[in-house]
Amino acid sequence: MENAIIQLKNLTKRFPVGNGHFTALTDINLNFGKGEFTGLVGPSGSGKTTLLNIIGSLDVPSDGQAIVLDQSIAELSQQQAAKLRNLHVGFIFQTYNLLPVYTVYENVEFALLLQKLSAAERRKAVMQALEWVGLTDKEKSKPSMLSGGECQRVAIARSMVKKPQIVLADEPTANLDSKNSHHILQTMQKLNEELGVTFLFSTHDEKVMQYLKRKVSLADGKVVSDEYVGVNT
Amino acid sequence: MLALKLAFKNLIGAGLRTWLNVSVLSFAFVLIIFYNGMIDGWNRQGRNDTQDWEIAQGQYWHPDYDKLDIYSINTAHQRLSNEINAHVKEERLVPILIQQATAYPKGRMQSVLLKGIPYNQSVLELPTEVLQYNENKLSVLIGKRMASSMHLGVNDQMLIRWRDKNGTFDARTATIAAVFNCDVASIDNGQIYVDYEEMQNMMGLDNHATLLVSSSEQAEPFMQWQFKNLDFLLAELDQMIESKKGGGIVLQGSLLLIALLAIFDTQVLSIFRRQKEIGTYIALGLTRQQVVGIFTVEGGAHSILAALVGAAYGIPFFLWLNAVGLSFGSVDMGITVAETIYPYYSFGLIISTMLLVVSTASIVSYIPARKIARMKPTDALKGKLQ
Repeated sequence: MENAIIQLKNLTKRFPVGNGHFTALTDINLNFGKGEFTGLVGPSGSGKTTLLNIIGSLDVPSDGQAIVLDQSIAELSQQQAAKLRNLHVGFIFQTYNLLPVYTVYENVEFALLLQKLSAAERRKAVMQALEWVGLTDKEKSKPSMLSGGECQRVAIARSMVKKPQIVLADEPTANLDSKNSHHILQTMQKLNEELGVTFLFSTHDEKVMQYLKRKVSLADGKVVSDEYVGVNT
Repeated sequence: MLALKLAFKNLIGAGLRTWLNVSVLSFAFVLIIFYNGMIDGWNRQGRNDTQDWEIAQGQYWHPDYDKLDIYSINTAHQRLSNEINAHVKEERLVPILIQQATAYPKGRMQSVLLKGIPYNQSVLELPTEVLQYNENKLSVLIGKRMASSMHLGVNDQMLIRWRDKNGTFDARTATIAAVFNCDVASIDNGQIYVDYEEMQNMMGLDNHATLLVSSSEQAEPFMQWQFKNLDFLLAELDQMIESKKGGGIVLQGSLLLIALLAIFDTQVLSIFRRQKEIGTYIALGLTRQQVVGIFTVEGGAHSILAALVGAAYGIPFFLWLNAVGLSFGSVDMGITVAETIYPYYSFGLIISTMLLVVSTASIVSYIPARKIARMKPTDALKGKLQ
């Protein structure tokens, strides 16, 4: 694929277990281009989250290569990996992972604090991100005061506020009801289309499937299918 | 700055746990300042009183004079040279002649030191003007401790017997002209003051003295006299203060240890319970070392809150104490102790206490936080035990 911003070449990941090891991913070869809206689907233990963690530079491959934005993940120092995550990669987690003592505004702003932006620039960016997810009226609320859907929208705003090139979402709808799931997916789809951000999901939620442009199926750490499915909302 | 901001947010967010730690730490903080303030106050008052009442700016001693050796006191005196007499006239030196004697208060017998001191001296605060020569009676001055031990008061009389320079016994009835109240026990217990001239006549030691009290810090060398500076003369007090400070360290250290243990415990618990948060920080772009920094600052920030809380109740308490002092009654420790001690809080004491508390709190916060550097962010995000 030309213009691939994520290239996985013969990627294998093993974890030590007791005296041996468990192979979570085997010989993965995949490319992802700019503006993709792709789902990694498969049952629990198929390696979806492990793959996202490696792409997000939270983990490193045991063998093979993961090249993200022209940087080999295995060769990055801690600082370089942190910089990559801070500037170019947004994360959305199944359990939202919002910081409980901060307000919605502060949670979203957090991603910008490490960048050298003025308070006014940060405010503008945070308010814009909250507007994308429709939560400008909740900026002073704490996460404990929000519903699950609202928390996940805050998490989306937090991942988008720095305008990353890649957003990695690990089971983003797993804890949400049907209505909220659709709302979240529509929000992400809109951001993908309007901002051209690459979205990579791990999911086994059927509701997500209908929003995907591309579906990569994993089983036992191997790619079993990779298909462009179009969009059917 | 970011770490500090996050630390305070997290601390305030932790609620009661934070305030319990802060309360204990602030108590340790206030107690350390209180105790050391009291010791410093005692030290300052003790030094000032001892200088005002006994040693002024230093003393010249006869080479054989040893205040703890009763066998040498009677012979440790010598004639004053013309040069010294000139200094005495100008009140730069106060001669004191010391001899042993026996007092018979109300029929009892008590060994005493007779001290001859010029009635018109103004270098020491002893009220010696009451000793002015009176041909009809021998006026003496004693301290409150001596008055108490002899059961005598102003205008009471007692017999005093002594040996003159030839070893001949002589005796006179003395009238107590005044009882002075002073915190310096070493010029009071077992001592009776008479006028210097009267003392010379009683002993037959014309123009002799045992020691000379100097009103000047500049020690001029005088033949046959040994100058004893303030460091030497106050050494006993300094040693006592040091030993009291040393004893206080155990109490202060124990309290600080309890507070630090609470912070350490909180940190360990925090790192155990907040693994997801740690993973999120890393996912958002912080390095592990930056997260270690946040948690270390968070633990250390307990001490800053403790300083603020301690200041909230400590400053009014210290101001009040500074106004009323702390009364110890008239305890006789054999060393200079004021009846009421006014604490002294120096800038150095407050800064050094703050540095001690902040640095120790930061160290005990850092030790458990180091574990974060070894955490796998993927496991931390899952909240998996590591």
